[in-house]
Parts: sequence; structure tokens; C-alpha cells
Amino acid sequence: MSLNSFWFVLIAVLWIGYFILEGFDFGVGITLKLVAKDQAERRAVITTLGPLWDGNEVWLLVAGGATFAAFPEWYATLFSGFYLPLFLILLSLIVRGVAFEYRSKYGKAQWRNRWDNAIVISSAVPALLWGVAFANIVRGVPLQKSGKGVIEYVGGFFNLLNPYALLGGLVTLFLFATHGALFLGLKTDGSIRKQANELAGKLGLVTAVLAVAFLSWTTFSLTSKTDVRMLSLAVVVFWVGTLAANRAGREGVAFLTSSITLALVVITLFAALYPNVMPSSLSPADSLNIFNASSTHYTLKVMTVVAVVMTPIVLIYQGWTYWVFRKRISSTHITSPEAGVLDKIHQ
Amino acid sequence: MNALDLARWQFAITTVYHFIFVPITIGSGFLVAGLHTAWYRTNNDKYLRATKFFGKLFLINFAMGVVTGIVQEFQFGMNWSSYSRFVGDIFGAPLAMEGLLAFFLESTFLGLWIFGWDRLSRKVHVATIWLAAFGTLFSAYFILAANAFMQHPVGYTLNAGRGRAELTNIFKVLFQNTALAAFFHTVPSAFLSAGGLFAGVAGWMLVRGRDTEVAKPVLKIGLVTVIIAFLIVAVSGDWTSRIMVKQQPMKMAAAEALYNTESSAPFSLFTVGTLDGSKPVFQIGLPGVLSFLSTGNFKGVVEGVNDLQKSYEQKYGPGNYKPNIPLAYWGFRLMIGFGALAALFAFMTLWWMRKGRKMPENKWFVRGLISMPILPLLGIAAGWIFTESARQPWIVFGLMKTSDGVSTSVSAGSVLFTMIVFTALYGFLAVIEFGLMIRAIKVGPEKTPVAEKSDSMLTMAY
Repeated sequence: MSLNSFWFVLIAVLWIGYFILEGFDFGVGITLKLVAKDQAERRAVITTLGPLWDGNEVWLLVAGGATFAAFPEWYATLFSGFYLPLFLILLSLIVRGVAFEYRSKYGKAQWRNRWDNAIVISSAVPALLWGVAFANIVRGVPLQKSGKGVIEYVGGFFNLLNPYALLGGLVTLFLFATHGALFLGLKTDGSIRKQANELAGKLGLVTAVLAVAFLSWTTFSLTSKTDVRMLSLAVVVFWVGTLAANRAGREGVAFLTSSITLALVVITLFAALYPNVMPSSLSPADSLNIFNASSTHYTLKVMTVVAVVMTPIVLIYQGWTYWVFRKRISSTHITSPEAGVLDKIHQ
Repeated sequence: MNALDLARWQFAITTVYHFIFVPITIGSGFLVAGLHTAWYRTNNDKYLRATKFFGKLFLINFAMGVVTGIVQEFQFGMNWSSYSRFVGDIFGAPLAMEGLLAFFLESTFLGLWIFGWDRLSRKVHVATIWLAAFGTLFSAYFILAANAFMQHPVGYTLNAGRGRAELTNIFKVLFQNTALAAFFHTVPSAFLSAGGLFAGVAGWMLVRGRDTEVAKPVLKIGLVTVIIAFLIVAVSGDWTSRIMVKQQPMKMAAAEALYNTESSAPFSLFTVGTLDGSKPVFQIGLPGVLSFLSTGNFKGVVEGVNDLQKSYEQKYGPGNYKPNIPLAYWGFRLMIGFGALAALFAFMTLWWMRKGRKMPENKWFVRGLISMPILPLLGIAAGWIFTESARQPWIVFGLMKTSDGVSTSVSAGSVLFTMIVFTALYGFLAVIEFGLMIRAIKVGPEKTPVAEKSDSMLTMAY
């Protein structure tokens, strides 16, 4: 395998990590008000993410940084081209992080309720937009080689809001929402757990319909690659398994299979792309691929050494965090649901 | 304004804002780790109370640093895609390394620290805050190395066919003296601001006679941190300016508004009148000092802006190579002035307290205390504005002009729109952040530290 292909795979791995990990973060945020009835429950729900969400988000930053390092043309074209959607994602991530950290600083109900609304919206928006973005990448967008030989995005904002991409957005929105509910089923206890299990079943069915539509569209009209068809089939199989496991009350299995489904979704998208990274809808000659978008062999070599050494270490200590915080949380753990961290309770 | 000007404004606004939280985070992380270790070693409750109290202030800041940092990772691609294409082969590497080596470390171990009070052994728990603190330090190193490449490109070759700079030696990029000097200038300045925060808060508590047991040791730690940090900042600042004279002489000339090449050049302390090269109305200068700072010799020759302009024209072709000189001149002075003022106040306070004297109840003293966290931050902002603006017109010195780095596919309207929204959101968050800090300080440390074996610690956070 050439280093270019290796880095294409590695970036796919980073997105898999991001989709699985921040995927359930988004899902927990989206379903926050559906699974948690009162203040104590909401607090318990958000506490399941407490020690994890920031580390999960780093997968995105590293995916961005790695794309910059390994495929600068991809990084430059993608983020300047998908300018407004990316801006909305960034805006959501800013609001969301602050909302998690600040919601319980005051004890006032209104303060908390506003931040909770912010969490729901700022989790749903990126969950939708990542799907829109990836569907557009796979479908191909208007890329054109300029006089200087630079490949640039020449479509506008509304070009990105085509039906296929919007369907892709709905798929990730519901997929992440289900994944988050499954995570809550695994991590909580009491009525939250029950609510989450039920909700995961309902959301999972909607996801199944949307995903089958999206994958059919992809495999029958966008690409004729057999491996993409096989992978799409595997996505469906694992998703059916997820729903069955959830129904059978096997929470661990359900979360595992839904994580595998998310990984397979990313693999399917990347397999559909390969060897392109951003196909042009105007002319195949204007597509960005793993060769014309890439860094030099030397840079890829340097980054390979760093990635091969660091990625296992990161996986070990991040995995350890999940082990440390493996205990289920329920609203009974919330001793003073109304209290804020900065209230004068100790004076 | 065109897309270029707007993109520059957006970068300035988002980066200066981000860098309010970064230095406080870097410095406070280590100071909190120190307090936590003091508790671990002595079992004295006052250190536990101090750890939790200053830990809260640290976390309120950290959250803002994280969320505003996300924008930085993507802004190069969004607004500066031509720049990203040109230097991506080099510049992307330290950014990716920063993510893999630093961001994962700080975020994961900080999560473990916040929520790990009752889940980890005391020894492992104190280790988590140190790992998080070192994560912030690694992050600083990689991003400063990336910035150093923009100040002084090394370890690259130009590939005319692909129209870009390509990496030939990663070690030169990571370990060139520009990067090292920047690191030893920037990181101590972070300690200066964090020390200022700790000293200011603890001093205020002492003046009010609140939680004196917690405040007393922290005040001392804060003041000593400020003074030591300032000394290191001064030494590395001197190192930085010597490097600057060799690598970016125009920047030094702009910092001094020195238009004509001089030997025994004076260091200008203050100027009344314009800085456009005409005779100043009034100026105080220290004879020979600029020559000494730049060359190590009071009689040394320092090149002026006009002569540099001529030699740059010969080297790089026609064009204006003068940065915004008043901005550079005043940025440079305010950087030094604000930092020195904080250090001076810290020194005076420490001197006053040397025999266990009580804090003076003078209102100017209290104002001084309140300014302790703010002065270093103003100095740091002035310093970055100086060093980035006085590199202009270059985005990568000698290789690419800023005007060639901007995204060509993004309209001015898009940049304006995002800039307005970012600025409004950042302003709104600043009000909230500041309010929470004030509230946290007013509430003060917990009276009785929470028992470690209970879930209430965990649920207190969110």
C-alpha cells in the first residue's frame, strides 16, 4: 500500500473514531429532553458525557489536522468550499461545549433550561450537517481547475443542499440520535434507562428506513463498485442486529453493533470515494484524489511515524477513561439537583 | 473592505480572543497541579480547598480556550486556503502532531481529573492534572513551531511545478531557534498571567479578610510566579529581539520607528507626534540602547525602515514592505510596559508583606490587585499584535504575501457574515465567562472540603 493510500485509510479511521465517539455525544444531546423528565435526570444524562465529550471532540480536531498535513489540497478546498456549513458546525460546537461546562454553574432553573435547549440544538445541527457534508463529498461537487492549476470549489451554498445530501444529513442525524440513546441505555439506570431503550427502538426504525434509501441511492445511481454494495449490505445487517439486540435488552451488544454500523458507514463512504478525496461533478480531470491532493512523500513518512507511535497510546489511555467511568449513573446519584456549582451553598 | 481585509480582521479577532484564555489555562494548569500536589504531600486541608477553588477558575477558562480553539484548527482552510495549499506540506505537520500529542492528552486527563476525585487513587488522581498541564505545554510548543515557520521559514524547498513550499527537514522546523525563543517567551508569559490571576484573587480575599488561610499561601505563590516569570520573559525577550534583528530586521526597525540606519541607535521610550518618519514632536530615548539590544554593542549599526525598504525591493521586487509602524511601535511598548507593570506591582506587594505585615487597605492597592490578572493579558495581546502585524506584508516571511494567502473562492460577504456572528457570540460568551469568574471568586472556596468517597463530587460538576 502506498503512503497516500495509507493516509487515506488513516483519515477514515479518524472519522470512524469521531463518528462513534462524538456520535453518541451528539445523540445524548439530541435526546436529552426526550429521555430525561426532570432536573435530576437531565443532570444525570449530561454527567454520562462529563469526562468524555472533550476527548471525543479531539478526534475531529485531529482529523482536521491530519487532513491538513497529509492532503493539504483536500483540507483547503473542502473547508473554503463548504464554508457556511462548516461555520455552522463550528458555531454549534462552541455553544455546545460552553453549554456543557456552564449549565450547572448557577442553580437557577431558567439558566439551566436555556443551556439545555442550546445543547439539543447544537447537537442536532452538526449531526445533520456532517451527513450533508459527507454525502456531498461522495456525490461530487462543482470543482474546477483554475488558470493557475488550483482546483477550487465553484458552487455556492445552495448547491450543497441537494436532496441526496439532505437525505445523508437525516441519516446521520437519526443514526447519531439512536446511537446516543443506546449509549444512555448502557450508561444509566432507572427511568432514564427505560426511556432510552424505548426511544432507541423508535429512532432506530426511522434510521433504518432513511439509511436503506440513502444506501440504495448511493449504490444504484452514484457508484457501481461491488465493495460499496457489499459494505452497504453489511451496514444494514449490523443495524438490524443493533435493533434486535436493543429489543432483547442486550444493551452492551446493541451499543457495540451500532458502533460497528457507524464504522461501516464511514468505510462505505470512503470506499465509494477511493481513490478520489473530492470528486468533481464537472469533469473527472478536476477531481481531487489521494495523489494530486497529497503532501510530499517525506511529510507523509514523518506523519506516519508520529501516527503509528501515538495512536495506540491515545487509544489505550482514552480506553482507560471509559473503564474508570464505566459505572451506571441514575438520578438517585444526583443529591441536590437544583444546586449550582457557584451557588453560595457553603457559606 | 474586501475579503482579504475581512479575513485578516477575523483572524485577528478570533485569535486574540482565543489567546486570552490560553495563557491563563497553561499557567493555571501547572499552578493548580502544584496546589493539588501540596495537598497530596501534606494532607493539609487548606491546599485541598485552594486546589478546588482555583481549579474552578481554571476550568471556567479552559472551557473557553477549548471551544475558541476549534475555530483556529479550521480557519486556515476556510479563510486562508491559498496559504494552506502553499504551506500545508509543512505547516499541517505540527498541527496534526499538536492534536495527537497534546489535545488528546489534555482533554482526556482533564476529564479524569474533574470527575476522578472518587474514582481514582489519590496518587493517580494527582498525576492526571500534571498530564493535562503538560498537554497544554506540548500544544503551545507545536503551534509556536508552526508560527515560527511563518516568521522564519526553514527546512523547506520550493516546488515551482506545484507552486508550493515542501518540507525537507522536520527537525529544523520543530527546533529552529525562532521556535525555541518563542516558546521560552510565550510560556513564561502564560505563567505571568496565571500568577497574576492567582495573586490578584488571593490578595483581594486577604484584603477582605476572607479565607485567609487559603489565600495567604496562594498570594505568595502567585506573586513569586509573576516575578520569576517576568525575569524569564525579559531574558527570552532579549533573545527573541536578537533573533528578530537577524531574521526580520524590518520588524525591529518598525518596533522602534527607526527610519534611518543608525549606529549607537537610541531606544525610544515615548513619542509624541506622528511616527511617519518626519521629526517627532517630542521623544525620550535611551542613547545606544537599541543598538545594544539588537547587536549586543552600544555602537552597533541598526538598519532603518527606509534602507530596508530599498534592499527588500531589490531582493523581492517592487512593493511596499513597511508594516504598520505606529501599531508596531506602540504594540512593542505596551507589551513590555504592561508586563513590567504587573511584575513591579508583584514585587512591591511581596516587599510590603516581607515581615508578615497585613495587606494595606488602600483603594489603589485593591485596584492594583484587580489589575494583576489583566495587565499580563493586555501585554500578551499587544505582543502578538506587534509580532504578527510587523511581519506584514508577509504571511510567510520572504515566501508568500498575506494578500496571496487568502481564500479565492470565499466571498467578502461570507467572511463578513461569519465575522459578525463570531464576534457577537464571542462578546456574549465573554460577558458570561467574566460573570462566572466574578461569581466564583465572590463565593470563594468551599468551607469544608467534600468527602472523597461520594458521588456528590461527581454530580457537582454538571
